[in-house]
Amino acid sequence: MTHSDPYINRSADWSKPTDLGGGSAFSPAEDRLKMAASLKCFLRSGKNAVSALRRREFHRSAPAAVQMTVRDALNQAMDEELERDERVFLMGEEVAQYDGAYKVSRGLWKKYGDKRIIDTPITEMGFAGIAVGAAMAGLRPICEFMTFNFSMQAIDQVINSAAKTYYMSAGLQPVPIVFRGPNGASAGVAAQHSQCFAAWYAHCPGLKVVSPWNSEDAKGLLKSAIRDDNPVVFLENELMYGVPFEMSEESQSKDFTVPIGKAKVERQGNHVTVVSHSRYVSHCLDAAAVLAKEGIECEVVNLRTIRPMDVESIETSVMKTNHLVTVEGGWPQFGVGAEICARIMEGPAFNYLDSPVTRVTGVDIPMPYAKILEDHSLPQIKDIIFSIKKTLNV
Amino acid sequence: MQNMLTIISSALCRITGKNVGAQTVSELLIDLSEYVNLTSAAAPALARTQRQPPKPPPGARVVVSRSFADFTPQATFDIKKCDLHRLEEGPSQKAELTREQGLQYYRTMQTVRRMELKADQLYKQKIIRGFCHLYDGQEACAAGIEAAINPSDHLITAYRAHGYTYTRGVPVKEILAELTGRKGGVAKGKGGSMHMYAPHFYGGNGIVGAQVPLGAGIALACQYQGNNQICVTLYGDGAANQGQLFESFNMAALWKLPCIFICENNKYGMGTSVERASASTDYYKRGDFIPGMRVDGMDVLCVREATKFAADHCRSGKGPIIMELQTYRYHGHSMSDPGVSYRTREEIQEVRSKSDPISVLKERMLSNNMASAEEFKEIDIEIRKEVEDAAQFATSDPEPPLEELCNHIFYNSPPLEVRGTHPWSKLKSTS
Repeated sequence: MTHSDPYINRSADWSKPTDLGGGSAFSPAEDRLKMAASLKCFLRSGKNAVSALRRREFHRSAPAAVQMTVRDALNQAMDEELERDERVFLMGEEVAQYDGAYKVSRGLWKKYGDKRIIDTPITEMGFAGIAVGAAMAGLRPICEFMTFNFSMQAIDQVINSAAKTYYMSAGLQPVPIVFRGPNGASAGVAAQHSQCFAAWYAHCPGLKVVSPWNSEDAKGLLKSAIRDDNPVVFLENELMYGVPFEMSEESQSKDFTVPIGKAKVERQGNHVTVVSHSRYVSHCLDAAAVLAKEGIECEVVNLRTIRPMDVESIETSVMKTNHLVTVEGGWPQFGVGAEICARIMEGPAFNYLDSPVTRVTGVDIPMPYAKILEDHSLPQIKDIIFSIKKTLNV
Repeated sequence: MQNMLTIISSALCRITGKNVGAQTVSELLIDLSEYVNLTSAAAPALARTQRQPPKPPPGARVVVSRSFADFTPQATFDIKKCDLHRLEEGPSQKAELTREQGLQYYRTMQTVRRMELKADQLYKQKIIRGFCHLYDGQEACAAGIEAAINPSDHLITAYRAHGYTYTRGVPVKEILAELTGRKGGVAKGKGGSMHMYAPHFYGGNGIVGAQVPLGAGIALACQYQGNNQICVTLYGDGAANQGQLFESFNMAALWKLPCIFICENNKYGMGTSVERASASTDYYKRGDFIPGMRVDGMDVLCVREATKFAADHCRSGKGPIIMELQTYRYHGHSMSDPGVSYRTREEIQEVRSKSDPISVLKERMLSNNMASAEEFKEIDIEIRKEVEDAAQFATSDPEPPLEELCNHIFYNSPPLEVRGTHPWSKLKSTS
């Protein structure tokens, strides 16, 4: 029983979506095991098993679509990039022997060893600076912050040493580094561990700031971030790590990347544009499903990248729907939604708005602990529904 | 005494046809001994061939009158012993110096000195603006370190960086033009005094202490790539109390990174003397578990030997090492600081007269007959010209074009649009 092969140990339960784990290669032994399991289930359960069977391969080619959690997508992205480029390495607290505080780097230390997966002491400013220095000298570090709250200890290195250097040197000194980790609210971790840093980092020129929602976003954007020759702040979400999503066939390729700076329309609609990033895209889609029953069709836009923001996609959508609602977990003042409002006003889409833009945000308070208070500090689906209806004046 | 010196010296010049007279008694004795040598019966032929041509027109280069055969090609000097921390033995207490090396170090230090003084001048004329932290007085540190490492090694320092920018290969012209904010500057005018870069030289860093973790990271990259290179990471006595330094020391020692941490202790962190800022002023011991040495930073040979020792230590895989260079800056913290409110003019004068790094080297070489006073003067004249020309360039080169404003945000990225000061101002940024 090894960490890197959870697949073999998993019992074949077709009613649950399967987690492929970190493995990306298929071996003959695995094929046979899978075929045996498939046949067994086929003989037992019939229809369900057939579709599942089609998901499993009889042939050597990759399955049409599989389920993968965000955690495993991130793990796979890092594994593939570590394999592809010797200069890539991961450093952070507990990333190696502990398999990652949130198990995102599970199996990597065992596979790549001490040189490429480095456990650091609890010294963010020091190790973030070390990572930036290593990037300046030709390596391609992934610097993990256990949460982005701790990045505040190191924020000088992120902004002054990483983001600004290429400009200050007039192109002499690039800094190819990725800062990644969970961002925003978790569950019951209270004020000092729940802040969203999207707006803070997205304020600064020289940084790219990325905020994936689902597994494809996570994998594709992390690969892009690692391959990017510039500092990228990669904002994950702890509550999304365990959520499985379907991965398209192309997303299973080792060269699958999602471009930084392009938003994605997750759901088409005509009545209102709902823009969000990270975890709240799920909330928006749920709200859209509810509203669809009332005849309101929402177009849900997943930003994917906060900086550079794909304002054009938002504008195109607004020029179609004439209404805009932004949804985020961060605080309202000077936030992502505030920036979207300002950009819409400055562009062609303003004249298409039939009502002012509405921002749905976290409550403007430090995060409380008690569950009832915490629940009411963040946007709920009913808040999104309410706001959309208000914006549409229905 | 001076009068007598001048009289004898001028007479000697007329007799031998030399253009430049002796300035000190020791130089006069050297000239006299040479004259005696020339006119001795033992070498009459030599005497004839050594006759000088008539005085060349003013402004022309002075021809050195002596042949190489007259100079001591190499000498060994006793240098000050280093205080040691967690080291059984330290750098050698004897330093060998060849004539070529000596002239090289002299040239380097004098160039940095003159460049900094020129920057002072330009700043007072308001041609340089913003921050300008001058390095004069500390030249032996930059020259000594560079003499002990390879060009393929790495170096990073804080904001008092002009000296290191030069020793790491950037011409004076490009340094001064960067200070004056022109397009011919090493960073095209976009960086300024504190942000100059070169291959294996990482600036030039404005945030006190931030360069130390960066340096440890560069050392990590050296170790990772297995290239036997090291990183020299410099900081001041002011930065020595920063927490991130201790974080870096911890990781560097833990992972045995090939990093030489060097504290340039010039006794003042801005306006605060070391006694008022640090509970322990033994900066070479502050690395605790990291071995350290306290070095005379006003003697280029001391610095060189210590750095060689430190570099060997790192390259042999023993991990990091700390050097404290005891040095002094003549200027204030920056051009905004006259530098006399927290220290006396007497103190500055005393260091200048007793420990000036350039004078120390020059005296050593002269008293050991390794070079002549004329040679030094010749070098001085060349350097003066180089710095003048550089200043000329720095004041006449145009400022960077406005099209450059938004460039260099990202590397290797497609062009992007940058918002200007208002929504109708859409600027372009290319890599």
